[in-house]
Amino acid sequence: MTTPLNLKELSKKELRFTAGHRLCAGCAAPTVVKMILLAACDYPVVVASATGCLEVSSCISTYTAWKVPWIHNAFENAAATLSGVETMYRALKKQGKIDKDIKFIAISGDGGTYDIGFQSLSGAMERWHNMLYVCYDNGAYMNTGIQRSGATPTFADTTTCPAGSVIPGKPQHRKDLTRIMAAHGIPYVAQASPSHWPDLMKKVRKALEIEGPKFINVFTPCNRGWRTRTDDAILLSRLAVETCFWPLYEVENGVTRITVKPKEKKPITEFLKAQGRFKHLFEPGKEKLIEQIQEMVDKNWERLLKEEEMFAPKQETQ
Amino acid sequence: MTKIVAVTGNEAVANAFRQVEPDVCAAYPITPQTELMQRFAAFVSNGQVKTEMILVESEHSAMSACVGAAAAGGRVATATSSQGLALMWEILFIASGLRLPIVMPVVNRALSAPINIHCDHSDAMGARDSGWIQLWSENAQEAYDNTIQAFRIAEHMDIRLPVMVCYDGFIISHSIERIEYLDDEVVKNFVGEYKPLYPLLDVDNPKSYGPLILTDLYHEVRKAHSEVYKKVPQVVLEVAKEFEKISGRGYGLFESYRLEDAEIGIVILNSAAGTTKDVIDEYRDKGVKVGLLKPRLFRPFPYEEVGNALKHLKAVCVLDRADAFGGSFGPLYLDIAASLCNFKEKPILINRIYGLGGRDYMPEHAGQVIEELIEIAKTGKVKVLKEYIGVRE
Repeated sequence: MTTPLNLKELSKKELRFTAGHRLCAGCAAPTVVKMILLAACDYPVVVASATGCLEVSSCISTYTAWKVPWIHNAFENAAATLSGVETMYRALKKQGKIDKDIKFIAISGDGGTYDIGFQSLSGAMERWHNMLYVCYDNGAYMNTGIQRSGATPTFADTTTCPAGSVIPGKPQHRKDLTRIMAAHGIPYVAQASPSHWPDLMKKVRKALEIEGPKFINVFTPCNRGWRTRTDDAILLSRLAVETCFWPLYEVENGVTRITVKPKEKKPITEFLKAQGRFKHLFEPGKEKLIEQIQEMVDKNWERLLKEEEMFAPKQETQ
Repeated sequence: MTKIVAVTGNEAVANAFRQVEPDVCAAYPITPQTELMQRFAAFVSNGQVKTEMILVESEHSAMSACVGAAAAGGRVATATSSQGLALMWEILFIASGLRLPIVMPVVNRALSAPINIHCDHSDAMGARDSGWIQLWSENAQEAYDNTIQAFRIAEHMDIRLPVMVCYDGFIISHSIERIEYLDDEVVKNFVGEYKPLYPLLDVDNPKSYGPLILTDLYHEVRKAHSEVYKKVPQVVLEVAKEFEKISGRGYGLFESYRLEDAEIGIVILNSAAGTTKDVIDEYRDKGVKVGLLKPRLFRPFPYEEVGNALKHLKAVCVLDRADAFGGSFGPLYLDIAASLCNFKEKPILINRIYGLGGRDYMPEHAGQVIEELIEIAKTGKVKVLKEYIGVRE
């Protein structure tokens, strides 16, 4: 009775995140949310959100864009809040007061996940709550006006680490949260992108079928913060995958597998040059900075390939 | 049949939890609350209750999980002290703003810095404006009785608000006292079946919790929220009346002790009230007309009733086990002053800060205050309005 993940079947399904939300034109977050909820279309779900763009734009006064039960508590506690909901579900199910098979999904931005919400997320995963935590990663505190976060890429121009004559944007590395989540030893961790929607939806579907804590990090372009065109979200997420800036992979029970391998690995400049937040890197004399970013991307990609190889099924020897 | 036992305050409250059997309990260890949730966890481990525990990584997450669990649609409790309550502070407002009937014993302890694990009231006083109902308890029996009543008050359909039950760290939480336990069945019947209101787990009727409300409506929402608190004293009294039927123990909004014919009075919270009552008896034997008022429902504060109970006195000392810095008075003093300010005839008020960080409150301290009040009643003169007592020289 599982709905096949193809456009023909999915188009017959009701959208559980409605039109009329107040997210910016061109924002990738509602697209990501719709994909997640469509992938989960065979289940009743309860969603929790951290304070952020998605939250302030989707439920204002007496209006809500959520056709599923939804809760917002504060910025740093979506995972703890949902762990409370999920625990009550188990308590009431044990008592025979609920008989439905409900799935629990947290959807939060990178600020509420990588930074202020990290303790609550780590705690909920360690306690093994049966929930899927999705981070929609747009690489900065976009809701408050593009301040740097732990997810902001190196050298990106933000309002709290602006590219200046001395400091060329965010000096530090991006926190690799997906690997940190994998280090929790939870059964399923993945990276996904809305440009590769069947891959994203398969990952959500797979995660929901697994008992225990799951984490998916979804690349989510923000045209306001990235200084890009309003219709470029999917193009940019595809470039992120094709340049290996955002590799699509999963770690299932400790086994790493790259789910989409670009046919041709594009240079990082293709991803950077489309975005105003990296404009300063293309000024004369800044070539070294782009080289540094390329080196980081290459190193991470090679490590991921090695990691996958380590777990690849061994060839039988005669 | 009630059962008489000798137990610590924490054990008594853990037993109240066992008898009420919340659906979900969050717990994070903090002294002097720790023993309470340890004991309750043992009841869970031994199958004496079917409660699901969430053993969180911080008090912030404890309160966050309680919000989620209560919104989901079941009975929820946790407990805390001191820094733990301070860490929950942000979410306390969300719990009350979302009208979630969470019950939380607060085992009163001083706040840092300097770090101190012993009793004072600075923790709960810091949370007094968070929209939580606060019940204060003189001894282990009251802590046990208040905890049971707290569930009925919190879950009352007219209010649906979270409730804190405050009792003194170590003095009550860790001292062994004589307690009368009610029968398990009696408590179960008293609290009754939990009635969910807009449960998140009703997936066929989806609800959105925690919306954004802007300038067009926020003011109105807060006004509506503020109105709800007017109903609380009535609910507290109704629940107390029913509790008296099963226990024989009567509770009001506050306790008046030898106050009606008194000329001077003391206002004091929690365990120090017991010591003060003994000293009052001694002075009554000497012919001094002194009485005591011990607030029980501290939030919302029953200003009118308290004012009427105190207005006939000549002089009153409000004893605070917490200071408010910045040159202000103790928090209890401010409420008592507010409750009396519009009466034409009213007592002279003084404020004394006592017992911070577990400093003993001795009978001689009560005696010292009474002597001072006798003098003020006689002369009408106040030497110092606010002062610390029991300070080492």
